[in-house]
Amino acid sequence: MRENDLTGYPPKLEGPDRPMVRFANVTKSYGSLTVLDSLDLDVAEGEMVTIIGPSGSGKTTVLRMLMTLETINGGVIYVDGDPLTHMPQGDRLVPANRRHVRQIRSKIGMCFQQFNLFPHMTALENCMEGPVHVLGMPKKDAQERAEELLAMVGMADKRDQHPSRLSGGQQQRVAIARALAMRPKVMLFDEVTSALDPEVIGEVTNVIRKLVSEHNLTMLMVTHQMGFARDISDRICFFYGGRIEEQGTPDELFNHPQKERTQQFLRAVKEAV
Amino acid sequence: MSYLEFLSQYGDRILSGTLVTIVLTILSALLAMAIALAAGLMRMSRNFFVRAGATVYIEIFRGTSLLVQLYWIFFVLPLFGITLEKFTAGFVAVGMNLGAYGAELVRGAILSVPKGQWEAAQAINMTPTKRMLRIILPQALLIMLPSWGNLLIELLKGTALVALIAVADLMFQVKQINGTTFMSAESFGTALVIYYILARFMITPFMRWLERFMQRKLGRA
Repeated sequence: MRENDLTGYPPKLEGPDRPMVRFANVTKSYGSLTVLDSLDLDVAEGEMVTIIGPSGSGKTTVLRMLMTLETINGGVIYVDGDPLTHMPQGDRLVPANRRHVRQIRSKIGMCFQQFNLFPHMTALENCMEGPVHVLGMPKKDAQERAEELLAMVGMADKRDQHPSRLSGGQQQRVAIARALAMRPKVMLFDEVTSALDPEVIGEVTNVIRKLVSEHNLTMLMVTHQMGFARDISDRICFFYGGRIEEQGTPDELFNHPQKERTQQFLRAVKEAV
Repeated sequence: MSYLEFLSQYGDRILSGTLVTIVLTILSALLAMAIALAAGLMRMSRNFFVRAGATVYIEIFRGTSLLVQLYWIFFVLPLFGITLEKFTAGFVAVGMNLGAYGAELVRGAILSVPKGQWEAAQAINMTPTKRMLRIILPQALLIMLPSWGNLLIELLKGTALVALIAVADLMFQVKQINGTTFMSAESFGTALVIYYILARFMITPFMRWLERFMQRKLGRA
């Protein structure tokens, strides 16, 4: 495989209109299978971007790379101006060490399809774990904040329950609170409603709606809920074969798709509903 | 001599042997658990030499006979200037042997904690060490407890070998009694029953209790 050529990537993005997240020419492959092919994607501060596309199009990989759950094979990812996957050394970039990754990663929070709550902790403890054991916050402050967040997601009365006692929708809401407790600047939602029963999807999407309207979080979401995506997104990216096939405002993309593949995909989705 | 007379005459020695066996079992078990945890974690290290060290240890202790290991520790190590008292040599040999088996249990349990848990811990930016201690190990513990129940029974039975280096455990006592009375059926029969009782009515219920206790602690009961 070709060495990741890092010349030409700035060690830092500056200026008032720099994006909160930038994928610069990012490539991801497993062996000979290219999952993402020279991805360029900017997400502005406070922007809500939704990624849609057929399965295997690389949409989840985008979020996972940003959370550093996947390594990248080419290009650079920037978060809040700083490279995430790399670090400056003099005026050039070199692959980041773990300390640098941890420092930049602290700005990102993520919610998963399978919730992934810690089963041996109560809802409250799940939300305190990061603040206390990663940020070093005093327990009292962390608990106060965790209680606030659990109230915000409507889970205050279940704070002392373990995840096994909670429904999928409830677990996902706790998971959102847990991620927010770390005060991220960027939130990633990876198919957070895909594992839920249809009747509880609303309780999770409502929490995300609330986040969008009340907070200035930058959000990247992968979802199959087209109606929901259309309602709350500032921008929709349609992924196909590891590339952004088409992107635009919800109106542009859903009502006036330009590309053949986008039209096909939207038709297929509509038929499925 | 009737069996009752046999018991009244040799009951004390059998009892003291049983106590030695119990203490041996507890000490070996503690050692085995410590070794299993250390070797199991080392097997998963990023560092090649750490990994190799654990692998060699596990291979040697799983791949050779416990009896030979016991003789090595008791008779050969003194040639290298390490002399262990026979009781110590006994529980160290058993602990080190079963620890090697336990290491694989630890590793297997850690690997079977769902991938989502590792990722969720990384998503709240935990260091790998904290993640292991606070998220993965507590869950792995619950996964491996049933297998540890089996291993501890193996360990109890393994302690009988220390009789061969003259540690005065249950096996040693009944051998002695047999040697003077020639009441083989009574001597070894009693030993069988006692080993069985220790395994089935002490270790198994204790492990069950521990499992329930841990499950409650982890909010699963």
